[in-house]
Amino acid sequence: MLLDDKSVYLMRLGDNALVLSQRLSEWCGKGPAFEEDMALTNTALDLIGQARMWLSYAGEVEGRGRDEDALAFRRDSHEFTNLLLVEQPNGDYAHTLVRQFFFDVWHQLTLDALTRSSDDRIADIASKAIKEVAYHLRRSSDLVVRLGDGTAESRRRMQDAVDALWMYTGEMFKADETEELLGAQGLACDPSTLKDAWLAMVREVFAEATLTVPDSEWMQKGGKQGRHGEHLGLLLAEMQFLQRAYPNASW
Amino acid sequence: MYAQMVDTGMKRVQGLDEMSAEERAFQEKIDAGIKIEAKDWMPEGYRRTLIRQISQHAHSEIVGQLPEGNWVTRAPTLKRKAILLAKIQDEAGHGLYLYSAAETLGVTRDQVYADLLSGKVKYSSIFNYPTTNWADIGTVGWLVDGAAIMNQIPLCRCSYGPYSRAMVRVCKEESFHQRQGYDLVMAMAKGTPEQKAMAQDALNRWWWPALMMFGPSDGESVHSAQSMQWKIKILSNDELRQKFVDQTVPQAEYLGLTIPDPDLKWNEDTGHYDFGEIDWEEFRQVVAGNGPCNRDRLRTRVKAWEDGEWFRDALLAHAEKKSERQVATAKAA
Amino acid sequence: MKEWPLWEVFIRSQHGLAHKHVGSLHAPDAEMAINNARDVYTRRNEGLSIWVVPAAEVTASSPADKEALFEPANNKIYRHPTFFPVPEEVKHM
Repeated sequence: MLLDDKSVYLMRLGDNALVLSQRLSEWCGKGPAFEEDMALTNTALDLIGQARMWLSYAGEVEGRGRDEDALAFRRDSHEFTNLLLVEQPNGDYAHTLVRQFFFDVWHQLTLDALTRSSDDRIADIASKAIKEVAYHLRRSSDLVVRLGDGTAESRRRMQDAVDALWMYTGEMFKADETEELLGAQGLACDPSTLKDAWLAMVREVFAEATLTVPDSEWMQKGGKQGRHGEHLGLLLAEMQFLQRAYPNASW
Repeated sequence: MYAQMVDTGMKRVQGLDEMSAEERAFQEKIDAGIKIEAKDWMPEGYRRTLIRQISQHAHSEIVGQLPEGNWVTRAPTLKRKAILLAKIQDEAGHGLYLYSAAETLGVTRDQVYADLLSGKVKYSSIFNYPTTNWADIGTVGWLVDGAAIMNQIPLCRCSYGPYSRAMVRVCKEESFHQRQGYDLVMAMAKGTPEQKAMAQDALNRWWWPALMMFGPSDGESVHSAQSMQWKIKILSNDELRQKFVDQTVPQAEYLGLTIPDPDLKWNEDTGHYDFGEIDWEEFRQVVAGNGPCNRDRLRTRVKAWEDGEWFRDALLAHAEKKSERQVATAKAA
Repeated sequence: MKEWPLWEVFIRSQHGLAHKHVGSLHAPDAEMAINNARDVYTRRNEGLSIWVVPAAEVTASSPADKEALFEPANNKIYRHPTFFPVPEEVKHM
């Protein structure tokens, strides 16, 4: 097995959690209700914690002396390997929730597979994270149902968000060589095996939410390979500012 | 403090002999240290003053999220980001506990909150100052939370049960915010020359506004005297301010930072630090809406509230639909 | 539009303890009130179990009835174990 493949894979898991938590933290103190603000912040905090675990391990496996912060704050956007979905801007709260729901379903399926990883550390991190993610999914799927089947305005906003974000969901199931290799070794999970379960769950929730699953097949891809949209660069410019401006400081 | 210059609606403080039988019984309960609970009889002035004070306090927690939120996306390490995010979340929680306490007095949270958004009711003026560098985040925890907790610990003993219980909860969660802030400033004060300069700059900007947080001297204030008689204000503004200065000066010295007050010096005779004149004109201007960030802070809260309306309405509409469906199913069965 | 209803929140903090009132919050319905209570009142591992009750459904005794309700219990000291002296020599009681 190539150490490179393993650290690349771990970094993807870390980058997903990191970039999404960064997006969620943009809502901090600005949520649509006090209770909701606190709930969303809890999700953001869980994801930061997960990002730290994955990135620390990625740095160790890589063996070039990079810790979680070096990986989070000193890589440029083409070195980030998160899914395009999680870097999409918050938009209105409907966009934030639909993005969260699409991700949570995938995330739970992925972590569930990883709890059976042949690598003990991966299995450990996944076992810890999956408890948090089960709650994220319970919350986001519940809110999708409520807001889809809420008012005419909330349904319109939710459907708009679904239609806008749909093309970023295909990438989640498109395995590349790294994932095929590590999947075959029982270390990672081959994402193409998750697609049917993901779609079934989305359909079930959307049926209750009176939302329509788009029939468009055209999907964006490239996040895992470091080919991102314009939004990620700005997100990183903000996130990395202090570490970049004062490279010799410790905080 | 987090609630500044709360108007009690009283022209002067009444003595026991001037009170009605109900008022006297009420005051005697307070003097005996018995807590007043939501359903107990209370003078209208007490009720109204408490609503004002508690809601100002709650608003301060809610608006207080914004200056720190300004840096949450730019925190320099993942650990610091998590700590800051959790702290800001605690503040939302504190606002929520306090609104709940206000609601026991017969107002709804939306009513109380509408008064913040319309600018009718104030929040602590400290949050109208900007956070311009990362050391500000530590300095706010160290000085602002430090000053707040000084006021909040005595309030755990205040006469109104729901308020005192909310304060107990708040203090339990908040006691470490100050430490957390100090830890951040310490990392910078002991860091590179640039970091130390940021820490000094932050102290320079926050010191005087922090002293103003305690409010003007309440020597002559009828409202303060009345609130103290009602035990919803425990210590005077000047007492708290002096305590704060005495405790903070050595903390700054330990960091090797200079407090921006040439008149600050230890007074052997009083056993306290003497300090310079506070610019009360600046305080009045900031309270009146002319601080550097008043408009931004309020605009942000108004926008969040208005943008969130469809969300709140839709969840209520869904809950109503669901309960109607349950009723229909029950009938059909 | 209308405000989310108010809910009273009770938390069981440890196995074997009763649920205790911890505060209140707003939520559109009971299910969300439970979720919100989890995020608002159990951020520091405070809970094992949550109850939520619509605040409007709580019936409270009136302070004016305090004497009628509670005074009579005051003079029934024979309800308290210390009322009955037990000789030193008698054990296990």
